[in-house]
Amino acid sequence: MVAALVRLRLLVLRNSLKRSVGQLIAVIIGGLYGLFVLAMVILGLFALNFAPVDLLRTIVVLAGSALTLGWAIIPLFLPIEQTLDAPHLAVYPIPLNKLLTGLLISGVVGIPGAITMVASVFTFGSWLRMPGVAVLALLCGIAGALLCVMLSRAVTSAASGLSSGRRFREAAGILIFIPLVLVGPIIAGTASSLENSKDVLPNLANAMSWTPLGAIWAIPSQVAVGDPLGAVLRALIGLATIAVVFLVWRWGLARALVTPVHATSRVRAQGKLGLFGRFPDTPAGVIAARCLTYWFRDPRYLRQLVIIPVLPLLLWFYSSLTGGTFLLQAAGPFVAFVLGITLIADVSYDSTAFVLHMSKAVPGRADRWGRASAVLVFGLPAVVAITLITAAVAHDWMPVPALLGLSVGLLLGGLGVCSVTSAVVVFPAPSPGDNPFKTRPGANTALLGSTFITWGVLALVNAPEIALLIVNLVTGQPLWGWIALVVGIVLGPVTLAIGANVGGRILDRRSPELLVQLQKDA
Amino acid sequence: MQHHEFHTVTGKDDMTAVNPPTPPERGQQHPAQDAVQPASAPAAYIAPTAQYLSPEPDPEAALSIRGLFKTFGQNHAVDGISLDVPAGSFYGLVGPNGAGKTTTLSMATGLLRPDAGAVAVHGVDVWQHPLEAKARVGVLSDGARLFDRLTGEQLVIYAGVLSGMDRPTAISRTKDLLQLLDLQSAAGTLVVDYSAGMTKKIALACAMVHAPRLLVLDEPFESVDPVSAANIRDILGGFVSGGGTVIVSSHVMDLVQRMCDHVAVITSGRVVASGTIDDVRGGEDLEDRFVELVGGRRVQEGPEWLRHS
Repeated sequence: MVAALVRLRLLVLRNSLKRSVGQLIAVIIGGLYGLFVLAMVILGLFALNFAPVDLLRTIVVLAGSALTLGWAIIPLFLPIEQTLDAPHLAVYPIPLNKLLTGLLISGVVGIPGAITMVASVFTFGSWLRMPGVAVLALLCGIAGALLCVMLSRAVTSAASGLSSGRRFREAAGILIFIPLVLVGPIIAGTASSLENSKDVLPNLANAMSWTPLGAIWAIPSQVAVGDPLGAVLRALIGLATIAVVFLVWRWGLARALVTPVHATSRVRAQGKLGLFGRFPDTPAGVIAARCLTYWFRDPRYLRQLVIIPVLPLLLWFYSSLTGGTFLLQAAGPFVAFVLGITLIADVSYDSTAFVLHMSKAVPGRADRWGRASAVLVFGLPAVVAITLITAAVAHDWMPVPALLGLSVGLLLGGLGVCSVTSAVVVFPAPSPGDNPFKTRPGANTALLGSTFITWGVLALVNAPEIALLIVNLVTGQPLWGWIALVVGIVLGPVTLAIGANVGGRILDRRSPELLVQLQKDA
Repeated sequence: MQHHEFHTVTGKDDMTAVNPPTPPERGQQHPAQDAVQPASAPAAYIAPTAQYLSPEPDPEAALSIRGLFKTFGQNHAVDGISLDVPAGSFYGLVGPNGAGKTTTLSMATGLLRPDAGAVAVHGVDVWQHPLEAKARVGVLSDGARLFDRLTGEQLVIYAGVLSGMDRPTAISRTKDLLQLLDLQSAAGTLVVDYSAGMTKKIALACAMVHAPRLLVLDEPFESVDPVSAANIRDILGGFVSGGGTVIVSSHVMDLVQRMCDHVAVITSGRVVASGTIDDVRGGEDLEDRFVELVGGRRVQEGPEWLRHS
């Protein structure tokens, strides 16, 4: 039974690669990258043979803790694999304990699991000077990796037990994202404030070694520094952690097997047209209304919308660390850039619902204009506001005209360029209702190509504004800034108009082919 | 692409294309030009179904398909289908899973580009004049998603304005359709929270909102409960008696037999029989006739271990 589950896992992995050549290539490139990183890690671990034990301990404990934490958190955003989750297996009469073993091993067999396991096992490589400790490190590596896999399983099964309601799931996905984005600056902030005491990392490692996250990773080095009692205590913490995690997982799984996924619904009366009552009643107008509704209702779009407040905050944080205001004032163009290129995924996000546009023979131009104007409705005010507010915070109004010019150029230019790219390629994106953070195999590499081209064209289109902004900053003469503003206000709309027209014509011609690809990805 | 086909149903291999000496008169009497089959054929004897179709799409027909081909890799999903759906008919398209029904209907409605062949809707070529053709067709695609973050009402209004009507018209038609489909109480609910049957119904409303002359519905009864199915059937019946044409694909023979007046049987990407229901079933039950035509029925009792008494 256990073997059957593991075989099923591998079979699913293999078959998912067979679906398309592009996806296969993407996975191969991703796999090669993973192997490269893994090789570097192993090489590094062997190199640590030449490092003092204290340094080795700090590195392994901190890296191990981070790895364990990652396995606990990431499954909340990216369901690592869905074939072997409880609802799929609930119909088969599999004894719970066999199911647990099978799921554990199949977790190790997956790509992230295998990389974690190999890297963990190779922690023995740093202990060639003490063979006894090396054997211990090998065992602890296996235990640590198993804990990682179990932890991710326990977290997913416990979380899915909490609520399977759509609204809860979607809200949770977005809310968890915000602290995660800010975790970088928070760590950077605390780290820089503690920078004076240079023992901070060893101290942190020491503290982590007493927590469930780091205990297992600290056992070998504890023996190596001649503290067997400390090692035994940490081993106890580690074993207790494994036991608790196992029991939570077991409980969660047992619950999930008898609690099928259910949907909640809310019934509302007729007559609330929302944005459909306010936008012009042309195809482009309703498409804008529909897209805007999605921007505020669909987690996949909300995730991108969150960038508007979060990105300036991030930049403010970093610029307060460095002391300058340069980064802070770049917030306007940054947000403009990000919002402009969001459109690249628009058709992919529609998934097969796009068939409605085709069966109603919507002109490609109307489709393009509708999608772009939805972003403009909130993007343009947001970008202008951010540029003005950051200038006020920085007490520096000199570059504002040039920044506004560049922002408008980037936002409208990005929308224009993406109007073309999104008519040419669609790629596997999270399906409607899926976790917005879910990445599909092959999505990243497929997206990468079109994204790079889009960025290149966008940089080219905005070269005048960028050049004028630089001249403005270097010479300090406001005239250049005003010229940049005029250029941005003229070039931006022109780019958008050209992009919408060209993209629309491509869409008219290619929509059946896009639909075939969307059906393949769905 | 010229396709005069003489279909024999006794075996697919001897299905050679034979040019009939003179095509029979086309036009006025549609049933007459469809399958000619002796109604009194004995059950064991499978009579050949002859189909004489003009080389060009028939402008009188609601939907006219000629020599349609589509290949996916090695799989000949649609392998030379020619078909006329007479205006005003309630047409059933039946076939086993994977026979090419969805592929055919997708190509017939301008959603999937055929490798070869021609399709016309009321005389308008779908692939040469897509705008005019699509204005005459309402489509319900099986398995396609809807913009389900909209409320049911918003979705139908969206579909309405997309097909070119102004807002007041879209709103009043949406109101009528929601009432017709008994969805008023759920009008303000997000479509993502709809049940399977409600989702089919709202998709049907989207297909009907621009008052098409032809409704092409792919599996409209899949996962729909019997009461909703009966209601949908009534609505479609009303649509046909009001002068419209409906083509539905299904593999529920009983439903097709009761609901449709014409039927075409498709298997392995080819039409093996077509015409009025009575012609095709030739005195038999449609389901039995279908199994005969398609083949693959095996009479056996199952393995020993599966028998408990």
